[in-house]
Amino acid sequence: MAEPARQPVFIAFQANGDTIPIVDAIEQDNPHAQIDESPGMVKITAPGKLVVKRETVEEMAGRAFDLQELQVNLISLSGSLDETEDEFTLEWKL
Amino acid sequence: MVDIKTSGVKPLRTGFTHLIERFGDKRPPNRYQEATYDLQPTVNFHYKPTWETEGERDLYDARRTTIVMNDWYDLKDPRQYYYGAWTMTRAKQQGALDQQIEFVTKRDLLGSLPDQAKAQIVWGIVPLRHYEWGANTVNSQVGAYGFGTAITSPAMMQAMDRLGMAQHLSRIGLFTDGNTGDSLDQAHGHWMNDAEWQGLREQVETLFVTRDWFEAFVAQNLVADSYVYPLFFSHFEAQFTRVYGASLSILTDYLLEWQKEVARWVDAVIKTAAKEGAENQQLLETWVSRWRAAFEEAVSPLAVELLGGDEAEVVLDEINADINKRIAKLGVA
Repeated sequence: MAEPARQPVFIAFQANGDTIPIVDAIEQDNPHAQIDESPGMVKITAPGKLVVKRETVEEMAGRAFDLQELQVNLISLSGSLDETEDEFTLEWKL
Repeated sequence: MVDIKTSGVKPLRTGFTHLIERFGDKRPPNRYQEATYDLQPTVNFHYKPTWETEGERDLYDARRTTIVMNDWYDLKDPRQYYYGAWTMTRAKQQGALDQQIEFVTKRDLLGSLPDQAKAQIVWGIVPLRHYEWGANTVNSQVGAYGFGTAITSPAMMQAMDRLGMAQHLSRIGLFTDGNTGDSLDQAHGHWMNDAEWQGLREQVETLFVTRDWFEAFVAQNLVADSYVYPLFFSHFEAQFTRVYGASLSILTDYLLEWQKEVARWVDAVIKTAAKEGAENQQLLETWVSRWRAAFEEAVSPLAVELLGGDEAEVVLDEINADINKRIAKLGVA
């Protein structure tokens, strides 16, 4: 039986220099995600689940990164959120 | 009814042409990319370097090292340091370090140590300010003769970092002599005259006349530092702490932290160069083993004097094992 289509989760950031490495990291870790760039905003939508990994953001930004820094440029999100020091996960639990 | 619509104004271009050619124009390039890629001139060298002894060379010339890279900008810095990012990071660290120094000053932690302990600091730590000054010169050479901003720009930051370290070690000296500067003169005497220091001094001075800048980079930033930093700031410091308490480690901890950060850059550069081709890799292996032999011999008498014969042997084995692990990861073992 095919898996039922999962509801999309999304996260939206202000489009600026600080969020470039975050979006790059999300793009690398979530190949199923769709990235829409509108004026001043980047919205990333993914079916079911979306993960932001600290390690990948650090690699992209070239510095230590605290996932709490996401909040500074965060516009909105949907999905139930699970936060650890290493991962910021949005998911609709089945 | 009012219909509110967003209307996007798409910029005609996201960045400079040379960056769009490298990274595409999907997203604007970041500051590191803007401040690094393709900045060094590669054509129209009107003025020839008449001081050059190696034959016909241009002002910027990739032939000043035997390492060959298809694209010198592959040697990127994983820390993504450009002037702004680097100065802000260092300023923050200096602020933290100043607090440590204030802590030590207020309690006169070093000044109140017994004379024997102060003598150990002046003999074993303060002469390293000359080693750091040497590392400044070597990295300046990389900055001056290297090819491509990706390597020359962080090399200059590294050079300035080393001056900072030399100053920091001098400050430690000044703590032991009540700001008279006597400790600096004494340490200079040790560096110039004491038998145990002559091996290290000889290697530092040999690096000044090592013409291949990439070889100098490897010898200084990979090999020499891999011996000097753990020996003095980890093993000697630990022994000192066991006897006299942690007053010295409060001031030297930053050097180890800094070295860890710098190792990320050094490792990335060497790993990338080794991956480029078999000839590069062989060359790097030769350099690493040659300079390892030289620096191990250079620090051995210092280890024996600072730690005692038996302990020195154990410590050098440990340091060598760490270096083996590190260079295996870089593909130059």
